[in-house]
Formats: sequence, C-alpha cells, structure tokens
Amino acid sequence: MPFVKRLLSKPLALTPVQLLLFKAGLHALFLGYLIFLGWAAVTDNLGADPVKALIHSTGTSALNLLLLTLLISPLAKHLPFPSLMQCRRLIGIYVFVYALLHLTSYVSFELQFDWALIASEVIERPYITVGFIALLDLMLLTITSPMWVRRKMKRNWQRLHNSIYLIALLALVHFSWSRKTALQEPLLYWFIALVIMLPRFNYWFKRLTPRH
Amino acid sequence: MKRFSPSQTFTDNQVTDEKVFQDRRRVLKSLGFVGAGTILSQSAHGFGWFDSEPEFEAKPLSFTPSEKFTTDEAKTPYAKVTSYNNFYEFGTGKDDPAERAKSFKTDPWTLRIDGLVKNPITLDYDAIMKQFAFEERIYRMRCVEAWSMVIPWVGFELNKLIQLASPLGSAKYVAFETLHDPKQMPGQRNPFIGGGIDYPYVEGLRLDEANHPLTLMATGVYGKTLPPQNGAPIRLVVPWKYGFKSIKSVVRITLTERQPPTTWNRLASNEYGFYANVNPKVAHPRWSQASERRITDGGVFNQQRIATRMFNGYDEVAPLYANMDLARYY
Repeated sequence: MPFVKRLLSKPLALTPVQLLLFKAGLHALFLGYLIFLGWAAVTDNLGADPVKALIHSTGTSALNLLLLTLLISPLAKHLPFPSLMQCRRLIGIYVFVYALLHLTSYVSFELQFDWALIASEVIERPYITVGFIALLDLMLLTITSPMWVRRKMKRNWQRLHNSIYLIALLALVHFSWSRKTALQEPLLYWFIALVIMLPRFNYWFKRLTPRH
Repeated sequence: MKRFSPSQTFTDNQVTDEKVFQDRRRVLKSLGFVGAGTILSQSAHGFGWFDSEPEFEAKPLSFTPSEKFTTDEAKTPYAKVTSYNNFYEFGTGKDDPAERAKSFKTDPWTLRIDGLVKNPITLDYDAIMKQFAFEERIYRMRCVEAWSMVIPWVGFELNKLIQLASPLGSAKYVAFETLHDPKQMPGQRNPFIGGGIDYPYVEGLRLDEANHPLTLMATGVYGKTLPPQNGAPIRLVVPWKYGFKSIKSVVRITLTERQPPTTWNRLASNEYGFYANVNPKVAHPRWSQASERRITDGGVFNQQRIATRMFNGYDEVAPLYANMDLARYY
C-alpha cells in the first residue's frame, strides 16, 4: 500500500486556507444538521413524538461530539495529521451548543415553560440534576475557550478544562439514568468511552506508579 | 341484536403518514447522528429473519360504536398510535416495534383462560375474533413516561371472557401473560434488544378491577385489527392505569388467589407498583406525574401539556380503592 505508506511518512499539514475550508465544512455539517432537525421538528416530520425526538437527537449528538473531542488528542498523537488538534475547540463548542439546545427543547417543548415544574424537576430528579451540572461545567469551558482567556488563566486553564472528563462521566450517568432499564443504548456509549479513554488511563497509571 | 356499522374510514393523512414517518426516520438514521444504538439495531436486522415473511395488513372489523365510553378530545392520529410503542419484545426504542414486528404471526393464536375457574377455556384466533360482540371505545391512554394519547380501540369487556370461564369463589386476582416466542421476538432472544427484562412479560389485576366495565380486551384500533406493535391479536386496555399495565399479545389469563407478579414491579418496585393507577400526586422517582404531554398532530410549537387527572379522568373506578392509601399502593 504505497499510498498509505506515503501518507504516514509525511505529515499532512493543511495550508491556512485548507484549514479554513475544513473548518467551514465542519460548521456546515453541525449547523446543517441542526437546521434539518429544527425544520423537521417544527413541521411534525420527526416521528410520532417530535419533542422527544428533538430532545434525544440533540442529546445524543452532544454526547457523540463530546466523545469525538476526547478521541482527537490520542488520534493526533498517532496520525500524521496535526491540523486535527486545531479543530478540537470548534467541535467542543458544538458540544455545548447541542447540549444547550437539548436543555432548551426540554424546558420549552417538553415542560412548556412551566417554571415551577422545571425548578422541581432539576432539583428533585437526580438524573436531570446530573445533566444540568454537566451543562454548567460545559458552559464554563466554552466561556474560557478563546485564546486570550486561555493565556490569562495560565495553568488554571488546563486544570479547568480537565473537567471535560467529569462532564463525560456525568453525561453518561445522565443518559443511562434516563432509561427504564440498564441494558440499552447508553451501555454502548459507556463501552466506546472506555475504549477512547484507555490510552489516557494507561498514561495516568504510569504517572502514578513510582519508578524503581 | 347486534348492530353493525361500517368500519372506520381513514382520512388520507391518517393512512399515508406512517410510511412517510419511517422514511424520515431512515433519513435521520443515515445521517448517523441518531445514536450509537442504531448500530445495534442494524446488526439485528442483518440476520434477515423476517425478510421473506409477508408483512402485517390491518383487516376491517365489525363493531358498534360505544355511546357511553367515548370522548370529544382530539384523537391521536393512526400513524402515531402505530409508530410510537413500548413493546420491549421488539426493542426498547419507540419505533423499534413498528419496524421489527411487521411479520409477527398473529394467526394462528391461542388464548387460554385457566387457574381458579370451573371451566377453563382455550380460544383460537377465529374464536377470539367471532365469539364476542365488538364495541368501539375511545379511551385516553396515559403512559408512565408522562405522555398520553387518545385512542379508538375495538374490543370487548374482559368480564365477558372471565364469565365464560366461571371463576371459583377463591379467585381474587387475574394474571396475564404475553406470548413467549424468542424466534419471533428479538428482544426475548437478545437482552440488549429487549432491555434485559425477564420474559415473558406478565401483568395482573385484582378480580374486581378485571371485572370493571371499563376494562377492555382490545382486538382492534381505528376500526381495524391491531397491528403487531400495538399488541395483536389481543391485548388488555385498562384506561385508568399507566400504559404498562395494558399487556400486549396475551396468550394466557390465569385466575389466582394471590397477587401475581408483574414485570415492571419485579424490575423496580420503588418505581412501578402493582396497582399503577394514574395518580398526579404520586411522582415517579425520576419525573413528576402531575402533568402529561398529549401526543396529537403538530410539530414542537403545537404541543399541549395538560394536567394529569386522578385515575386518568375515569372517576367511576374510585370506589374500587375506597379506604386504600394510594400513595402507599401506587
């Protein structure tokens, strides 16, 4: 496979213009899907219960994108495609956008802005509390994502952004807990997340064990 | 004398919708964003078990519209009633049953009534469909997940069936069982499809609840035979209880002295009681039951969230629970 060999031997660096186009493509994909969802939800073309379909698709999409951001740094280490890292923030922000729309559609279409009910559900129902905390944390990460904030925060930036692992954990708990039985789709997500996290677990384990 | 009326006529939008729904669902899935669970469902389809089997076709039924048991509330369209189902035997997703149960065999069928009865009976498909005078009743259906529908069922009162078997004086409860056929029901073969609950699905009622005139054995919906995803060929409908009590595709009804085990109660007794009466005051541990979203026509900007009524608005059943603490017996 000479093609693969050549691909791996020489890093595929995108020119600034190519990178810009690549990012524009990602925006088009993520925004386009949202527009499609919104259109289908408003025109009753999202199955029997458009509200539940909208809540579920924004939620699972947020989780899909979150797992994708976690996959990027191990991938960038092994693939000769350094530009990948430059797309991580963009995808991370879409995690927040999708998660925010997930909550917004729950509050507006499911609970119909019944604020007393919204407050009691967020406080009294542990699976919603968990999801809500994850979203608040995601919001912090999004607010601190611009480069100048990052520079200002110095080492604290990395500390804060390490909470993405906590967010992933909370999101998975939230997903599993929302179901009536354990053996459902969320289990597959736990497995995929575990596989994605394996290189990091390995790294952390090595750092923690003292050398002889 | 029985009075027969022509079966319900469908408006164009009621009949065409379902296929359109499924097509759009496919578009969503092909975009790959719906969720990793689709990987599971794809592989499940990959075995091609049903591929060559004929698909279900609803047949018209003869019935009398009930004057007493009806409602003016807007009905949930046929396409929605038949594409949004909880029937874990065919998968835990709401649209899984409609997709996977297309070739489910409902004829031949055997329904047995046994246990503490003088006269145990076995009914075959024809007996079920011909022995009873069918009525159409429009009932509200409140799911424990806080959504509801308004559905025109066709069927007969369960008490007629129980009478045929002449219960013994010692009978206090009625146990129900869904078909157990892992060959036809992928959820029973594979716990990852069936959500990991124990099969066969079982349900139960107190004998007085079972004999209440509201309690229906349904054989049809919207004037035609039930589609498999709705519990063909015969299912229970208990409109003042959460939907999971209304067991589908029943093969056995057993009269017992003791309270029979019920599937969801066995799985999580703190969340699902034996009685499972619709009760806005008793919350599910993970969500409020005070209100519900009615599934009718319309997109997300055209939704109604309505207050949930005690016994789902069927106040006539209240005497069944006189002197009972319904917060304890939820």
